[in-house]
Amino acid sequence: MSIMQYNGGSVIAMVGKDCVAIASDLRLGVQSLSITSDFEKVFPVTDRLFIGLPGLATDVTTLREQFRYRVNMYTIKEEREIEPQTFAQLVSSTLYERRFGPYFIEPVIAGMQKTPAGGYAPFIAATDLIGCLNFAKDFVVAGTASEKLFGVAEGLWEPDMEAEDLFETISQTLLNAVDRDAFSGWGAVVHLITKDQVITRKLKGRMD
Amino acid sequence: MASASVYRGAGFDFSNTVRNSFLEQRGVPLPKATSTGTTIVGCLFKDGIVLGADTRATEGPIVADKNCEKIHFISDNIRCCGAGTAADTEFTTALIASNMEMHALSTGRKPRVVTAMTMLKQMLYRYQGHIGAALVLGGVDATGPQLFTIHPHGSTDKLPYVTMGSGSLAAMAVFEAGWKPDMERQEALDLVTAAISAGIFNDLGSGSNVDACVITADRTEMLRNFVKPNERVEKERRYVFRRGTTAYKSEQIRSLVVEETVTRTGEAMDTS
Repeated sequence: MSIMQYNGGSVIAMVGKDCVAIASDLRLGVQSLSITSDFEKVFPVTDRLFIGLPGLATDVTTLREQFRYRVNMYTIKEEREIEPQTFAQLVSSTLYERRFGPYFIEPVIAGMQKTPAGGYAPFIAATDLIGCLNFAKDFVVAGTASEKLFGVAEGLWEPDMEAEDLFETISQTLLNAVDRDAFSGWGAVVHLITKDQVITRKLKGRMD
Repeated sequence: MASASVYRGAGFDFSNTVRNSFLEQRGVPLPKATSTGTTIVGCLFKDGIVLGADTRATEGPIVADKNCEKIHFISDNIRCCGAGTAADTEFTTALIASNMEMHALSTGRKPRVVTAMTMLKQMLYRYQGHIGAALVLGGVDATGPQLFTIHPHGSTDKLPYVTMGSGSLAAMAVFEAGWKPDMERQEALDLVTAAISAGIFNDLGSGSNVDACVITADRTEMLRNFVKPNERVEKERRYVFRRGTTAYKSEQIRSLVVEETVTRTGEAMDTS
């Protein structure tokens, strides 16, 4: 078994109309033994920016702290908040620095990016474990259920969904994908990010 | 102004390798990175170079990105197509682009393609093939049009038409049948499109769209998604769920709108 499957867990992010959503399951296990159902893998970076870190749990914790440190340093040095696009590059170079001894994490980034006109545009990105960026216009997935997530999302996603419709689509995509994955599940959490609010909902899911 | 030190040493960090090789020793296979199982080509014509690439990125048998960019910027007059480990092609070309700009600034000359080629091959040779970047480098400089391939171990070729990646055989078949010296721009562009299409349709590691780049002495034209032979048809039915389908146990709303009410106190200032 690959080390990427050791603790289990999956993350997905989707773009909607003037909104983005990022969701993850809540399982932490050791191979097939489930340990907790409250292991969050999605963390806030700024008000309108989140990062999901599916993969080896020890590296989830390490990278979370690493990114917190680097984002804080950026904020102090630049005297402004980091933008999603910039943060994606930071994630990418942090991972590529360990090209020959990687962290076993495949990050997913979702947030609202400031536009030159003064508004906000949805932004999502994902990288592999050595930091190769993938800027998708529709959805990005990662984790042990990624293959199932790809399939379900490809069928359910459509352009320009309103925030509440996006919530239903991302929730159903995640819930149905993790139900077919032995290493993900045990509840889920969805963050729905719009220009002026962030809604966080804990979903009811199968507990097996 | 307060300024915090964020200095970090240059180069790769090997501090996880002890842990990771221990895991490998215990029989845990190391996961694989995104690779661009790719078709990339380059072709010389009368007044310049045409580069071409497909736009599929794969992770094993999964299509990770259906429309990625494989033609990387090196300088205004030089571009580089990348195949192999996606992160390696991305970062290697970015590093060389950066060094080429520094080189151009310090010499005060327009950078040459051989310079980029030498920088790339010396770097890849230094890493003994561990940086899995297979590149097609092309551009026009003071010495005319130049076209190279660079292999992950650092060997290079200089040829009038080149292909690389998993679709290289399909693309080369097209070049061998159709390439001739001193082609016109349109002829060369058509040939490159046919070569990439051969990769897209016959090689499973390649797919989606054709990207092309035409470099001549006076300008560089990037033709992103030049041909899109695999457009997804519109869905016949909408698959949105009725609102309220998903049951949730808790909800937390964080408002980012700062509300402010101004309460006036005291008398207005006498401005008469």
